[in-house]
Amino acid sequence: MCTVCGCGEGEIRIEGEEHGHHPHHHDHPHGHGTHHYGEGPAGTSVPGMSQTRLIRLEQDILSKNNTYAARNRQLFADRGILALNLVSSPGSGKTTLLVKTIDMLAGRLNPYVIEGDQQTSADADRIRATGAPAIQVNTGKGCHLDGHMVGHALQHLAPVDGSVVFIENVGNLVCPAAFDLGEAHKVAILSVTEGEDKPLKYPDMFAASDLVLLNKTDLLPHLDFDVEAAIANARKVNPAIRVLQVSARTGDGMAGWCAWIEAARAMQLAGRPPGAAAE
Amino acid sequence: MHEMSICESILGLIRDQAKAQDFSKVKRVCLEIGPLSGVEIEALKFGFDVVMRDTLADGARLEIIETAGTAWCMPCGQSVPIGQRFDACPLCGSHQLRVTGGDELRVKELEVN
Repeated sequence: MCTVCGCGEGEIRIEGEEHGHHPHHHDHPHGHGTHHYGEGPAGTSVPGMSQTRLIRLEQDILSKNNTYAARNRQLFADRGILALNLVSSPGSGKTTLLVKTIDMLAGRLNPYVIEGDQQTSADADRIRATGAPAIQVNTGKGCHLDGHMVGHALQHLAPVDGSVVFIENVGNLVCPAAFDLGEAHKVAILSVTEGEDKPLKYPDMFAASDLVLLNKTDLLPHLDFDVEAAIANARKVNPAIRVLQVSARTGDGMAGWCAWIEAARAMQLAGRPPGAAAE
Repeated sequence: MHEMSICESILGLIRDQAKAQDFSKVKRVCLEIGPLSGVEIEALKFGFDVVMRDTLADGARLEIIETAGTAWCMPCGQSVPIGQRFDACPLCGSHQLRVTGGDELRVKELEVN
């Protein structure tokens, strides 16, 4: 029985299993076939007055997702786990970057990976080849991971205390910006083959991210990409954003990225409640 | 593209409320949406009708209150209006802005019976 939620839609699959347990029922005890005029909210029927009423909600539309995300965040905090949500367009080199990162962190940190894609488990297979535990979440027609999917993926993945969980979101610079997964940081990956104006074209994602990895810098000599303009554009959207230039292929700048991860993990551990097992 | 799932979230909220507050039909849904919420209002209107079909909110009227974008300009030390996240301060031209309003994405009220 699932403890993360009370629901599931048929399109989402976690490693091939359909996530469709306990269907929703929204039945209401209305006696059909007979009319009870006194069943309305006022408990009475007044000729000429309808029982239409106004309900003031003032509720955040994403509140349900935010509840799941908060639960994930609490789990990460309690167990000293650093969770990073990696977001980018398709083809920015996220998976290659992750494979390289895991290789570099091997022996120092325990990396785990949640892979989000619409279909196939190709990316999780690539990650598992490095020896790191990975789980694939297929979102079906969905364009982003949400807090609920990640909660389930964590149950399957069971990361150990003090580990690092990389969540590779669906390749999409639009929708994942709005869905909190409970991560410590969103990290946007922008490759130099994409155009330096991307932070302005997709401002929500760069506003939501704490770090930009400018990837594929080994290709810069062959391109007209203006690194300074790209960084300036990212800062227009988010003055506090940090930018690291890396090449996952050659390894240039990757040590800086790994140092950033270790620093972020130290912050996460420092925030653990007193009495938690020492790492 | 996530306007459809936003609409499904709205339907989820409506269903929760239907249970809690005992109603079976929604006549009007009023949302509050800011220019920085990342939601395209036209796409949301389209998705709303599709998602609400054959539910307790089938045919419900959708009302959208569009809020204003505001930011705190650090050099000016005051609140200024903005239309998009990468806008410069209209007073001093700086990008040292912290968004303070305009990312609302809220169900404000429901008219039900």
